Amino acid sequence: MNNPYIILPVIFQLFTAVLLLFFWFRVNAQRLITIICSLISLGIAIWLLKEVYQNGILTMQAGGWKAPFGITFVADVFSATMVLLTAISGMAVAIFSTGSIRNARLKFGYFPILNFLLMGLNGAFLTGDIFNLYVWFEIIIIASFVLITIGGEKAQIEGAIKYVTMNLLASAIFLTAIAILYGMAGSLNMADLSEQVAQIENRGLVNVVAILFLVGFGIKSAIFPLYFWLPASYHTPPPAISAIFGGLLTKVGVYALLRIFTLIFIPDAFLSNLLIVLAAMTILSGGLGAILQVNMRKIFSYLIVCHIGFMIAGLGIYTELALVGAIFYLIHDIIVKTNLFLVSGLIFKLKGTLNIEKLGGIYKKYPKFSLLMAIPLFSLVGIPPLSGFWAKLFLIQGSYLEGQYTLIGFILLGSFLTLWVIAKVWSEVFWKDAVNLPKKINVKYFRELKPLKQWAMVIPIVLLAATSLYIGLAAEHIILLSKQIAAELIDPSAYIEAVLGSKTTMP
Amino acid sequence: MELLLVILIGLLYASGIFMMLRRSMVKLIIGLILLGNGANMLIFLLGRIVKGKPPIIESSAKMLTEIYADPVPQALILTAIVISFGLQSFAIILVKRAYKITDTDDLDELNTTDEIYE
Repeated sequence: MNNPYIILPVIFQLFTAVLLLFFWFRVNAQRLITIICSLISLGIAIWLLKEVYQNGILTMQAGGWKAPFGITFVADVFSATMVLLTAISGMAVAIFSTGSIRNARLKFGYFPILNFLLMGLNGAFLTGDIFNLYVWFEIIIIASFVLITIGGEKAQIEGAIKYVTMNLLASAIFLTAIAILYGMAGSLNMADLSEQVAQIENRGLVNVVAILFLVGFGIKSAIFPLYFWLPASYHTPPPAISAIFGGLLTKVGVYALLRIFTLIFIPDAFLSNLLIVLAAMTILSGGLGAILQVNMRKIFSYLIVCHIGFMIAGLGIYTELALVGAIFYLIHDIIVKTNLFLVSGLIFKLKGTLNIEKLGGIYKKYPKFSLLMAIPLFSLVGIPPLSGFWAKLFLIQGSYLEGQYTLIGFILLGSFLTLWVIAKVWSEVFWKDAVNLPKKINVKYFRELKPLKQWAMVIPIVLLAATSLYIGLAAEHIILLSKQIAAELIDPSAYIEAVLGSKTTMP
Repeated sequence: MELLLVILIGLLYASGIFMMLRRSMVKLIIGLILLGNGANMLIFLLGRIVKGKPPIIESSAKMLTEIYADPVPQALILTAIVISFGLQSFAIILVKRAYKITDTDDLDELNTTDEIYE
């Protein structure tokens, strides 16, 4: 069904970003506008999901050019869910930023760029055109380049060199893949490509292009062996920025993988095995990397890598049940990872360090905060009934039915490694006796902040913790949602029909 | 013409990857630029090269019947060039900043972010 309003999440973020540009040096006005606008965009995202859930897939043909000739925007349940998750994380990070990001950074345009980043994310989730997807990816990375370097500390610049290089390389590979795909199929519309690519006789070339897409998106979503830039850069910017990166930027790569490999390149036996092997290695390398680290944010960075493996595993098995697991994990992971980086930001403000060997005694001094922080930490491990549990249940069930017993082993190993790491973090940071830390001059501690800023740092953590509790305790809603998304991904005929209109017979 | 372009694209990709694998940050940027140009040429080549046949429909006809030059790849390249221009200028400034802060052009020296204890 045609509905021009599905572009609203993109347009509204653009409007917010441009509005913020008018208040360049008035940081308090920027804070207020960002919070209000992030609440409105949350409302828009909820409206979009409700609309799509009730009325089926909505499309918008840009400029009235009919698909497959123009650029199409498509909102199916998957896209709308991702837009909603972006809005939730975006709101949490926006509120957290008002308390934690310094004025010097805000005066360099932090909030406008944050909104441009969210606009890019919404665009990438809603587009139905593969070249347009490339353009949205470029908007995302250029905004993230500015965010990762804003402030210009030494570690930030060094991390940014690695981040920028790998992302530019990924874009070049993505563009190469699009070029070859266009040369083969003569179309850029993803629904049209789904039909065209199926008819191409030269399957070898199709597989080569699929691998190029896998490498391009694989770099962005940090799968093995292309993940090493992530732990080298995600811990360098301020915590609010790490939160939006850790929560959403790798997941947009996963989203693209899920979309491309269910719509255009249906995995054959080779590709399926490749994805499963990559998933297993990603889980292993991320988990083992996390054990070694002592910096809290680096631990979480490696855990991002580890958990990307779970989603890729669901894609590799490629049954409806496994995809339900992958999508449930995606939903859970965006909320929890965003929250974990916010938690690390709060701990840094409390103690002035993130080295878990130097931290300690937080439970004794701040029992309420500790209980709050326990929710995301233990949701990540997947202790029932918290949110991570259900996703892994579906993944393991899906792999068991397909006879992928080794993969089950890796998923359990990944969960065990996560449990080990989180238990270590918990005992070192919260239960261990406090270590006397020298007071740092350049750190503004939590107790020195104004009450309004203190609330601005605690409220988003509470909101996200409540969301992940909801995902865990009211899992039947999320399971229903994931099941519908998985059904749409497995059988893309509804998507194709929504974009191209009623079945056209090719001459 | 096609063969010439194929060789050129191969050279651009190969030299781009080679330069990216060097240790100098300036060569890294040069490598990225070459790689981006190679990708643009590839789009141009794979959009089929047709000479002197603009995709303009005569006023008497309803649609194009003959082979015509596909305008889409050119639009794609234009977009890609503009994007890569912005990204590359950002990368150049970033490298300049990095050189000022770390006082080295050697990528192997940029390892403070990889240290476990900091």
